Amino acid sequence: MSTAPSTQVTPKRSFTASASVYVNERTSLAGFVKELGRKAFPDHWSFLLGEIALFSFVVILISGTFLTFFFQASMAEVHYDGSYVPLKGVEMSVAMASTLDISFDIRGGLFVRQMHHWAALLFVAAIGLHMLRIFFTGAFRKPREFNWLIGFTLFILAMGEGFTGYSLPDDLLSGNGLRIIDGLIKGIPVIGTWTSFLLFGGEFPGTAIVGRLYTLHILLLPAIVVALIAIHLVLVVVHKHTQYAAPGKTQQNAVGPPILPIYAAKAGGFFFIIFGVLALIASLFTINPIWNYGPYDPSPVSAGTQPDWYIGFADGALRLIPPGWEFVWLDRTWSFNILVPLIAIGIFILLVVAYPFIEAWVKGDHREHHIADRPRNAPTRTAIGAAGVTFYAGLWAAASSDILATHFSLTMEGVIHALQAMVIIGPFVAYFIAKRVCIALQKKDREVVLHGYESGRIVKLPGGEFIEVHQPLDEYDRWKLVSYESYEPLMIRPNARGKITVGQRLRAGMSRWFFEDRIAPVTKGELEASHSAHH
Amino acid sequence: MAQDDHSGTELAAADSSHEALAPTASPGTALISSDAFENPGFPPHRPRVTDEDPKKEKRAQRTVYTLFYLSILGSVWAVAAYMLFPIESNDVGAVRLNNMFIGLGATLALLGLGFGIVHWGKAIMDDVELADERHPIGGSPETQAAAAKVFSDSDKESGFTRRSVIRNSLIGALIAFPLPALVLFRGFAPQDQLPVELLSHTMWAKGTRLALDPSGVPIKAADVTIGSAFHIIPEGLAELEHGKLEEKAKAAVLLMRLEPSELNQAPDRESWSYDGIVAYSKICTHVGCPVALYEQHTHHLLCPCHQSQFDVANHCEVIFGPAKRPLPQLPIAVDDEGYLIAQSDFTEPVGPSFWERS
Repeated sequence: MSTAPSTQVTPKRSFTASASVYVNERTSLAGFVKELGRKAFPDHWSFLLGEIALFSFVVILISGTFLTFFFQASMAEVHYDGSYVPLKGVEMSVAMASTLDISFDIRGGLFVRQMHHWAALLFVAAIGLHMLRIFFTGAFRKPREFNWLIGFTLFILAMGEGFTGYSLPDDLLSGNGLRIIDGLIKGIPVIGTWTSFLLFGGEFPGTAIVGRLYTLHILLLPAIVVALIAIHLVLVVVHKHTQYAAPGKTQQNAVGPPILPIYAAKAGGFFFIIFGVLALIASLFTINPIWNYGPYDPSPVSAGTQPDWYIGFADGALRLIPPGWEFVWLDRTWSFNILVPLIAIGIFILLVVAYPFIEAWVKGDHREHHIADRPRNAPTRTAIGAAGVTFYAGLWAAASSDILATHFSLTMEGVIHALQAMVIIGPFVAYFIAKRVCIALQKKDREVVLHGYESGRIVKLPGGEFIEVHQPLDEYDRWKLVSYESYEPLMIRPNARGKITVGQRLRAGMSRWFFEDRIAPVTKGELEASHSAHH
Repeated sequence: MAQDDHSGTELAAADSSHEALAPTASPGTALISSDAFENPGFPPHRPRVTDEDPKKEKRAQRTVYTLFYLSILGSVWAVAAYMLFPIESNDVGAVRLNNMFIGLGATLALLGLGFGIVHWGKAIMDDVELADERHPIGGSPETQAAAAKVFSDSDKESGFTRRSVIRNSLIGALIAFPLPALVLFRGFAPQDQLPVELLSHTMWAKGTRLALDPSGVPIKAADVTIGSAFHIIPEGLAELEHGKLEEKAKAAVLLMRLEPSELNQAPDRESWSYDGIVAYSKICTHVGCPVALYEQHTHHLLCPCHQSQFDVANHCEVIFGPAKRPLPQLPIAVDDEGYLIAQSDFTEPVGPSFWERS
């Protein structure tokens, strides 16, 4: 017939090919696949930290969805009538009773609940480590500053998700956690009392808080987290991943296995490994045994209770305040024992958020940076990071001050005073040590480039002298040690109107602080000079 | 070196495009040495053992499919465990077995899959490495100019800059419109209550008997021996239909008896205790945890949350920790039948500090 269709399907096409044609002709996905399918993805173990965060979040979504089918976010009072005998007949909220039912009356329920909790702990930990990796390798530099902000927001949201989830079972520990939050909020000037009153729907504890936190926990916060993760990953694709200095890798390329198939296989497989490890932990290790704590009651408490690890730094900050930091002034109560921790943590957070912009301003460097730094090659940044980690670690350790005191037979006061010193003096000590170590490592790198590495071969010279032969590096190994840039301190120069501005002075001062002690990479001339000196 | 942005190319010789593509942006204070080493280019490709030895490749294949079969086994085991280890028998041990065996089955299923896929990717799939070319994130100057033109055109066409009265009134309206939503938040708590009023009173009143927590049985002065401590609630609290926890969160009290000679009492508070028996709010003045750890021989109370310590012998003054104010004292007496009673409510708000407190 003359009306035969103009596009004839060749019968030989494989099923996969015809399926992809079918889909593409309805979605135009081929362009997308062509664009992304063979993108090179740089490879390094430290890049897995972000993946752990992403994959544990997927596990949280999957396990959390299962839990929502059983959990009831109500604070109505019931008498427990489930399988766990020691609590039979005890008055508790529906939230607590349904959590016990998940644990004791639904097969596999405890497994899913524990996996959800362990995955949440891993999620926050992985984000934290991922951020440290980004910080210490300078992967926040242009063009990735926004992704630093998004990632940081995700870290805060993850802690929010963690805390709201921790509060849902309405057991003794979660109620105590909320009591502390209530006390914290009440200590905030002007708005504190009313904020607490509105949040709890009246007096603490009220009957509203679990339902409200549930809405935040399963609707609002996850929606924001999912949206931000999506933007975060889109930006990773737009920027292409950073890579470490290595022969052939430049600022202008991204080198690694293609997304399809190798990267997809490794990342996809890694998802199942993370999922599997969480399943293993959940099947063997108890987490948050609420049946041991019982329902919330404002009166009893047990010693040695701890918040989930990621809240520790805030709890520790509260513990480190010396006695007496609260005043009545103008007929109002100023609770500096609460404000100071809040402000200190707030400043810390602001510094973390602002750091990429500060460093960029000091350097005045407007180029894109796609080669991640070795931490030693940015000594001041690494030292600042070490100081920040020490500060955080001090606060975090303080959340276990009572446990430290009892386990190591120390006095409560001694532990607190030691940690107060660690939080205030520790960062300076850590800064100094880290900076010196970085510079020493850079000197060692120079030494290795200039004089080779120790080969372990001892040779006796005709005159009887013993020497160890130093083996020069090949050009590939050498490249890793010399392929960085050092920055020099800024020279203050008057601007067009012949003035030196305050901003300029500040920048010069910061620049001196950053780059006064610096080790420049070995140049070709230096290497030649060192060779001729040897001969 | 020919490179394709989207599909990548096999690694080729040394990268020579460094200079050609060098960014024009300012390097700031970075030192760019003219004598720096040049990138030596990609090192020669090193084949894996599975590329060179067919036996090793075969073995890798066996490992991968064995892992996948183990994974299937794990899934089947998890399903079987669901049925083999029921938990309906009011038996905590059964819960543990159910949890463990379902979990271990799932673990095997997931780890078999995960390690299998990764091993396939690392040992068997072609060891391809590609290099994508990077382009400036800002895009080409033409695109940037076109984008800027979109904004300037739309500004010109709408008159957003020129018609400033319209624009400013729009901004005003946009600021005002969310305000009604803020007001709605007042409904988060009962309309007929005020927080400061609620925080200033507890259930204690003149004549309320001190009762044991949680049973609600009243306690006689004679039952309180020297050195003992009791957790106390007001009589009637245990029977409350509504608001039990809210009242308890304010009214919980610790009752202790010391040798009267060990108590340093202020003259105006001498009548608040009875024969060495004193009652103090149990709610920490820091952030509200129950101060429940009593060290009998030192008469110190310790808050388990943030380790504030209070000295019972000295009106619960703070001796260590972040709390500032002493625990409020409940004035007590004894009624005709020998039961301990409150003389009045607390004379100050209990619990954590708040702004309007003075």
